[in-house]
Amino acid sequence: MSQMAATHIPHKRNVPFAQEAAGAMAILALGAIGYFLFPDDLAFLTRLIGIAFLVLSLDLVTGYCGIATLGHAAQFGVGAYAAGIACIRGITDPVALLAVGLFAGTVMGLISGALITRFRGLPQLVLSIAVGQLVAGLANKLSWLTGGSDGLSGIEPGKVFGVFGFDMYSRTAFLFSLGVLVITFILLKRFVNSPFGLMCRGIKDDDLRAKMIGVSIYPRLVAMYGVAGAVAGIGGALTAISTGVVGLDSVSFERSAEVLVMLVLGGAGHLWGALAGTVIFMIFEHIVAAANPFHWMTLVGLLLILIVVFAPRGLIEPVLSLWAKFTRKGEVA
Amino acid sequence: MRTVFSILSDAVAYGMVLFIISIGLSIMMGLMRVVNLAHGAFAMIGGYLASYALRDLGVHYSVAILLAVVGAIIASIPFELLLYRRIYRKADPLMQVLMTIGITFFIIGIVNFIFGPSLKPIPLPASLSGPLDIGFRMLPTHRIFVIVCGIVVALALWLLIEKTEFGIKLRASVDHSGMADALGIRTEIIYAATFALAIGLGAFGGVVGAEILPIEPYYALRYMVTFLVVVSVGGAGSILGALSASLLLGLADTTGKYLAPEFGDFFFYLSVIFIVFLFPHGLFGKAHA
Repeated sequence: MSQMAATHIPHKRNVPFAQEAAGAMAILALGAIGYFLFPDDLAFLTRLIGIAFLVLSLDLVTGYCGIATLGHAAQFGVGAYAAGIACIRGITDPVALLAVGLFAGTVMGLISGALITRFRGLPQLVLSIAVGQLVAGLANKLSWLTGGSDGLSGIEPGKVFGVFGFDMYSRTAFLFSLGVLVITFILLKRFVNSPFGLMCRGIKDDDLRAKMIGVSIYPRLVAMYGVAGAVAGIGGALTAISTGVVGLDSVSFERSAEVLVMLVLGGAGHLWGALAGTVIFMIFEHIVAAANPFHWMTLVGLLLILIVVFAPRGLIEPVLSLWAKFTRKGEVA
Repeated sequence: MRTVFSILSDAVAYGMVLFIISIGLSIMMGLMRVVNLAHGAFAMIGGYLASYALRDLGVHYSVAILLAVVGAIIASIPFELLLYRRIYRKADPLMQVLMTIGITFFIIGIVNFIFGPSLKPIPLPASLSGPLDIGFRMLPTHRIFVIVCGIVVALALWLLIEKTEFGIKLRASVDHSGMADALGIRTEIIYAATFALAIGLGAFGGVVGAEILPIEPYYALRYMVTFLVVVSVGGAGSILGALSASLLLGLADTTGKYLAPEFGDFFFYLSVIFIVFLFPHGLFGKAHA
């Protein structure tokens, strides 16, 4: 970590435009591959992008702040329900719906952050679960608002920018989600390398030392939770807009556990790791879980155990070290 | 009055089942500091084994319980040797959570592959089914059996931990494992024995509590949170804490389900948030440095 921090403190704080453009191009290229090679699976790929927001959001609190949480789906679900309800009540502009989701997710993030980041270890974990279950219970109970266990259906958003309508092949939904993902990803990339983001990483590495140099930890963690909530809320709103329904599964404990698996699979503490984990996990799930859900559970369990034992920092770590070796060789030559 | 009494008897029976299963987890967390989310999975293995023994082998209920407990402990040995040893007393809760969730998923997949994914009934023997007259009321015999089991487990554990040499070594390891090691206590053996004890209690609770928490394919996931909450509210490693937390949460949950069934788990988790926020180390727990 110390090595990483050193590379992240440049003498002059330049905005790495070239790097950002390359990142955006990489995501767009992946999206183009999905769009042109799998035109029949666009609905699935759109769902994947929605989940990717949640994993990115979880990365902010777990990967960058070291908070163990099993209730992160709450922010996603609240964003999704808020966007869905707003759409049914008459706000049909997709961009406005995103804003609604973002706002709701932020509020939910701040509330859960205020509760969860107060402690560390077991109390933190149990509080995160309890908050998640409380939201799930409310979503089930307030059925006049949320549709309860039937789910919230009949979400019919208007055209994007008043031009592109949502079609049954999910083309518009996919491209819209991809665009939002690219923008969010670039902004997050800047955010995690900002002084605030670096300080959060410092708190994760050694909170006592951070306290000693005069950092007030709790407000920072709550603020980080708010940002994470915003990202998750956007993902929820996107999912609500593109699928047209919001079910109880979007706030479930299983969802929270799954995204944690995705994050760790890819590599916590790296935004690229979060994306990679989501893509790998979702595609495997799409193929295997359809065949037999119990084989899928065995596989996920085995995968998790193997990751914790052999690659606790995720699949991104070997790739990164290879990349570092490669670039260093380039410098020598 | 009638409702109050049936709420109370149901709540106490439910609380006792929670206690029998969770106390193993609580001791493990107190001693090894492992957030073992897979505890319910081992209880599930016990339940599946008991169901298989009763329905396909036709053995007596007591033999089935014994088989379930021994079987679950044997099944847990490879996990202890290969996996749990790596995470004992490690500070990072995230890695513990991930590994034990992985173990849970793995066990759910394997167990349902072997025994088939269906509800596993555990038929009660004639002596435990039917009502029992306790003087002024009729109560299901099974409820009383569960409550007696809970009391026996609590007393036996108290004797074991407070009065035996093993208990002294165990307490020494909890308080300062490094110092216990230096004094010649083989902490890894204490850990292994405690692990086996915890799994055995979990399996026992899974079988005798099957009437209240039915054994089904997703048992380990469904009750994972409940067991963890009991330990967190009671305080890791405390028998009294686990007992009072089980009874308290059993009462909250049962009352909620009787009086306001449409709210489901809402009050349960609301009270959990309050208790954990006010007592982050549990009602009877000690803060670990």
